[in-house]
Amino acid sequence: MANTYTLISSNTLSSSAASVTFSSIPSTYTDLVLRISSRSSAGAVQRIMNIEFNADTTTKYSDTLLTGDGSTATSTRESAVTIALIGYMPASTATANTFGNAEIYIPSYNSTSSKPFSSATVSETNATAAYIRNAAALYTGTSGISSLRITPSSGTMDIGSSFYLYGIKNS
Amino acid sequence: MDKPTKVIINCETGEQEVIELTAEEIAELEAAAAQAEADRIAAEEEANAKATAKADLLEKLGITEEEAKLLLS
Repeated sequence: MANTYTLISSNTLSSSAASVTFSSIPSTYTDLVLRISSRSSAGAVQRIMNIEFNADTTTKYSDTLLTGDGSTATSTRESAVTIALIGYMPASTATANTFGNAEIYIPSYNSTSSKPFSSATVSETNATAAYIRNAAALYTGTSGISSLRITPSSGTMDIGSSFYLYGIKNS
Repeated sequence: MDKPTKVIINCETGEQEVIELTAEEIAELEAAAAQAEADRIAAEEEANAKATAKADLLEKLGITEEEAKLLLS
């Protein structure tokens, strides 16, 4: 169980952005936790949230997703893809000013083996349909993770979206 | 309209940069938006087609949706 939880860096968008990158992540922790509150400008109820590591856009990612919308539960799987799909964020036709939240846990990010990681995301809205999407994902890169980038599948992330990267020691 | 940007946070120095996207990156963003819209339309069409096929079948069988659910329960 983690006994330290240190904020490495954070950002709250003051203008809309197509991506947010944390670079030069120190290797002095054992695990990383990324917490996000975000909303996309895209013309939809929700948009997919993606993550990539070390600017690596080769086919080193796979993910298994569980999705619920209040009436239907589905599971999907994608293998050997160029970016990991980790969940949803609300978009422009979701209730105004609602932001989704996400937590991505990356254990042993300095490992030189494949790195499994997980995410839990919700697309918050006051309307009838809200979404939950959780992922079990894998990055098969063999370098430790020194940068990560978050993007919505289309559009930009709105002003007020926030990103907090924490390091955990002795987990 | 302002050019879309990307944010880069250097965890070592604490420096945070807001950088305008290049023409190539903007083109990628627009292509992703177009693809998302195409996917949305395709999903909507598929859902409509399924609903129509279901309604047609119920009419052919002469039963209501509730009766069909009862049969399958």
